Amino acid sequence: MKGSPRILFIVILMLGLAVVPLLADYFDEPFYTVMFSRMLILSIGAVSLNLILGFGGMVSFGHAVYLGIGSYMVGIGTLHAVEDGIDWMANGFIQIALAIVFSAITGLVIGAISLRTRGVYFIMITLAFSQMLYFVAVGNEKYGGDDGLSLYMRSDFNGLINIANDNSLYYLNFVILLFSLYISHRIINSRFGMMIRGAKSNEQRMRAIGFPVFRYQLVAFVIAGTLCGIAGVLSANQTEFVNPSVMHWTHSGDLIIMTVLGGLGTLFGPVIGAVAFLFLEEFLSEITEYWQLIFGPMLVLVVIFARGGIDGMLVGLDKWWHKLSSHSEKETG
Amino acid sequence: MNWILLLEQTLNGFQFGILLFLLAAGLTLIFGIMDLINLAHGSLYMMGAYFAATFTSWTDSFLLGALLAVPASMIFGMLVEMIALRTLYTRNHLDQVLATFGLILFFNEFVRLIWGPIGLDIPLPEVLNGSVDLFFGIRYPAFRLVIIAVGILVAFLLYLLVSRTKLGMLIRAGASNRQMVSALGVNINFLYTLVFGLGAALAGLAGLMAGPIMTVEIGMGEGILIITLVVIVIGGVGSIKGAFVAALLVGLIDTVGRSFLPDILGLFFSNDVADTAAPAISSMLIYLLMALILAIRPQGLFPPKGA
Repeated sequence: MKGSPRILFIVILMLGLAVVPLLADYFDEPFYTVMFSRMLILSIGAVSLNLILGFGGMVSFGHAVYLGIGSYMVGIGTLHAVEDGIDWMANGFIQIALAIVFSAITGLVIGAISLRTRGVYFIMITLAFSQMLYFVAVGNEKYGGDDGLSLYMRSDFNGLINIANDNSLYYLNFVILLFSLYISHRIINSRFGMMIRGAKSNEQRMRAIGFPVFRYQLVAFVIAGTLCGIAGVLSANQTEFVNPSVMHWTHSGDLIIMTVLGGLGTLFGPVIGAVAFLFLEEFLSEITEYWQLIFGPMLVLVVIFARGGIDGMLVGLDKWWHKLSSHSEKETG
Repeated sequence: MNWILLLEQTLNGFQFGILLFLLAAGLTLIFGIMDLINLAHGSLYMMGAYFAATFTSWTDSFLLGALLAVPASMIFGMLVEMIALRTLYTRNHLDQVLATFGLILFFNEFVRLIWGPIGLDIPLPEVLNGSVDLFFGIRYPAFRLVIIAVGILVAFLLYLLVSRTKLGMLIRAGASNRQMVSALGVNINFLYTLVFGLGAALAGLAGLMAGPIMTVEIGMGEGILIITLVVIVIGGVGSIKGAFVAALLVGLIDTVGRSFLPDILGLFFSNDVADTAAPAISSMLIYLLMALILAIRPQGLFPPKGA
């Protein structure tokens, strides 16, 4: 007997995600399409965070900022399109392009300052920068301030896809998730990715070999930010609402939890983590209003006992399975 | 410019800085000695305020309530350390961040369960409720003066504790070389719990003093936690002196900036621009200060020796 329960699980998960809207329509429960849509969007965010956190060892505690930037591109864009008649600002392609540009610039500035530091300093500085941008959004009365903006309509993709329909938006999210997984896969297996991973395990050695570690890490930081910026565009379209809380520091914390819960430094870990996180939230809040009373200690226990996250458990399952199958082969052969 | 307002805001900034120092001192000690980054420090601040609110309503006296709340926060902090945090000392910072983040979620919900979702007020006694005439004809709230006085007293006591007592010697030794301290036969686990309790008592003190000025509510510790993190980063993580200087600096810049930035911007731009930009920029000021200081000195203003 060969095979791997872990790969089987991941394949089933991805196939399952691919058919969610069909099943939801069949059972007439459109709520699930929306819920899983959120999972996909946060998966993209977690996949992007995993690039720097999981593979690069850079504990960025401000990743939700890029979700915010992407969201505000949509919010501000549709606001101007509707109120001032600037049509191109409601165009989804342009919004994504702007989200990429602004996320990249933000990532460049935050990264250039934060990456000069290490360890706890890095964590706190990324956190502080995200809080700073959060306050910029809160203080900006023109674009809703604390209350945020309600979207008049979702982004317009030149009629190529009409995401006013929840199912189309779901598949747009799904395709972009696949795209970010592909990008992620290509990056971590490239020379660049090797370098980033090398710097995680021994930065001094990488520098001694002659790699400009800072520059490479900065590029990784920017790439992760832009990917998450795209997720922000999708997120605003999903909720049809933009407000500063999307970049609140606890939301950055949620992204870290998803990544760690799924499995740091694995390709599909963040997807598993995001799905598991939102399921837990949904499930626990169904049981009790005080669901965080359970979720908080659970998080502490996961950190203390399950270090590889869910993917780590699956790897353990794989090992057990291989041992089991080699045993049975010996017995039969 | 209005000089009386400027003086008043300077005092307010000083008072905010003192609160920040009480939080930052504990946080930076805990980091310096245990190498633990504790995001739940803001929760200890919140617990201090809730303890004080409860004890004040039980005893009908703010003073008694406050005197009971400090040891209660200390015991609470020591319990948290013994139950949840002890296993985290050897872990990496990511694990610590996550676990203490989990604790924040837990404490917020715990408070909501026990005290309910609505915020509480801490009533002040008559003596503290009024205002006092200061120099130049400034009237200033008595309670805020008390905060400043208590804060300075505590800072002084903390200085004596750290520099003049045996415990302080152990704390300093622990901060510069943990392994050596435990190798010399000091009960390091007990020292850790004690230091954590001390930090919790300081955070609780800050919380109970902030309670009457702001409302006592769930999540009150989170906003101030992030500013405290900025303080200890600016001051140099692990340094109490750095925490003190940075706390006052941040408190002053934040408070004075908020009230005078519209005027200052108004000198250069139209009133319209100044009014819209000022709130956003004034809440950015301390982070800009942090970025500036880190660009020049990545280790903060007063990095502890041997770190």
